[in-house]
Amino acid sequence: MASHYEAPIRKPLVLGDKGYHDVSVDIAAPVEGRANKQWWIVFSIALAAFLWGIGCIIYTISTGIGTWGLNKTVNWAWDITNFVWWVGIGHAGTLISAVLLLFRQKWRMAVNRSAEAMTIFSVIQAGLFPIIHMGRPWLGYWVLPIPNQFGSLWVNFNSPLLWDVFAISTYLSVSLVFWWTGLLPDFAMIRDRAVKPFQKKIYSLVSFGWTGRAKDWQRFEEVSLVLAGLATPLVLSVHTIVSFDFATSVIPGWHTTIFPPYFVAGAIFSGFAMVQTLLIIMRKVSHLEAYITVQHIELMNIVIMITGSIVGCAYITELFIAWYSGVEYEQYAFLNRATGPYWWAYTLMMTCNVFSPQIMWFKKIRTSILVSFIISIVVNIGMWFERFVIIVTSLHRDYLPSSWTMFSPTFVDIGIFIGTIGFFFVLFLLYARTFPVIAQAEVKSILKSSGERFKKLRDAGKPLYEIKSSAAPQKGKDSGSKSDKSNENK
Amino acid sequence: MASKVIRAFYDDDDVLMHAVKKVKAAKHHIEEVYCPFPVHGLDKAMGLAPTRIAITSFLYGLTGLTVSIVMMNFIMIKDWPQDIGGKPSFSYIANMPAFVPVMFEMTVFFAAHLMVITFYLRSRLWPFKKAENPDLRSTDDHFIMEIEVHGDAADLTALLRETGAVEINTVEK
Repeated sequence: MASHYEAPIRKPLVLGDKGYHDVSVDIAAPVEGRANKQWWIVFSIALAAFLWGIGCIIYTISTGIGTWGLNKTVNWAWDITNFVWWVGIGHAGTLISAVLLLFRQKWRMAVNRSAEAMTIFSVIQAGLFPIIHMGRPWLGYWVLPIPNQFGSLWVNFNSPLLWDVFAISTYLSVSLVFWWTGLLPDFAMIRDRAVKPFQKKIYSLVSFGWTGRAKDWQRFEEVSLVLAGLATPLVLSVHTIVSFDFATSVIPGWHTTIFPPYFVAGAIFSGFAMVQTLLIIMRKVSHLEAYITVQHIELMNIVIMITGSIVGCAYITELFIAWYSGVEYEQYAFLNRATGPYWWAYTLMMTCNVFSPQIMWFKKIRTSILVSFIISIVVNIGMWFERFVIIVTSLHRDYLPSSWTMFSPTFVDIGIFIGTIGFFFVLFLLYARTFPVIAQAEVKSILKSSGERFKKLRDAGKPLYEIKSSAAPQKGKDSGSKSDKSNENK
Repeated sequence: MASKVIRAFYDDDDVLMHAVKKVKAAKHHIEEVYCPFPVHGLDKAMGLAPTRIAITSFLYGLTGLTVSIVMMNFIMIKDWPQDIGGKPSFSYIANMPAFVPVMFEMTVFFAAHLMVITFYLRSRLWPFKKAENPDLRSTDDHFIMEIEVHGDAADLTALLRETGAVEINTVEK
């Protein structure tokens, strides 16, 4: 009883008169049901975009990086912008699942699964860009510290680009096992509900034979906690190292000490915005309004507002430090950023990232689903432009005025970016139809403290359970009469 | 190994907790409890030893840290020292700041993955492993307490019925 207590002023996180079985039914419904027309339409669009992207990647690799809009001065542009954008989006998942777990935030249970899925899918997109930017991706294994045919030529561990290889591969793989370990009991639930032999086989395979013994759960909880403890510094380290790619190079506009915290805040900001975009659609399509409530949307909006303000603070600090440093190059880089030929990108970034989330101070606005959806998209556009501004405006006017130039993307640059968006949505849409999109086992564990049904019982002063001891043996319940339902594993 | 077990089904975690305490108080040995979600305090009530998996993770982390130091020391200092950016690679300790990110990442990599692998092996979880929960409802909304029967089962059945079990089966294992 004590473990199920929660202060009465806390609003329920699971709406409706839900018991444990209802949770299973609701979470399994999108998996067991059939895809509707809208799903197929969106999936087809995403698939077409993905295929177009593959075409552009093939063109890039077969012809060369010259197909992109890069030039001698602006030698990093859309590719790295997209890379940082996707890695940034990939940050909210682990933040939700790890940091919010450490802080014992119960509202994470409804959103962590999809946020982690989003993380993994977007880090896959991010990883594509450095690999295709290599020009000869079949030599990609050269980034690994392996002995090779050139004598003892090794990778350079002083380089932030190599740190990135380690950081992102650790992040991707640890997020993946964190996600999958959490999925085991939920896959097991779907496995045990499955009636079609094919589904049963698939979910038996992916649930790794999860049985749910008391000892398994004890270990499961410890593993989750330790993984959360490891993933929290990990998630901060990954975007810190991504920011080192810029901060350690002596380019005005990049060479700033504020980059690590600024990038991490920006990553959380854009990641939460993407989670918001995805979940607002998903709760509607998969009928999960009782689990992903307006309160969840509101809480995510608050995170977006706070991280947006931190990012705004970082922008202003950067400007101040550029002026205060007295370094002309630095001063010019920022003046050029705000008032030079790319002023429109800078203005767009400022408006989308700093000003737009401020409307979330009003409760009416941050509890409005439509406004939340629009803002979440605006923020993601803004965050893409932030990376574009940092990368392109710092490069396009370098130390030598004779090489000053502008950047314009070719159709290949645009095509690859659109392709990754398509690939991301292909993965996410497939996930939404085949995976338990809410961590149902965890939702069940908070149902008594945070479910509306039990909150009402508690408010009415009624007990949450009663022990119905049955004195007389009930007929047909004492023997193995339920053998039709039991697992035939033994 | 033909032993008899009684399986008591519960449909509420609080009722299960009370039942576990009662059965323990009556000096019966609870073989296993299958749950659809983690029930807090159940492991203590059943008398399970605390898990040591976090300790293994710490040791794996130390291993990862050692591996990364040995690896980078060999690659950057011993095998082919280079002068990068005016900072010659003569000693590990002097060049260490640049190696910290990879030291950290490899510590996390080892600690996380080897712990999860340990968990999977100890809890017997891997692809193509068959599930061993005795009833399909145990991943949905039922909790199953499995108790080995020695001698008279009637007493135990009566006790379990009193604790609010919704269903009691006796099975030959």
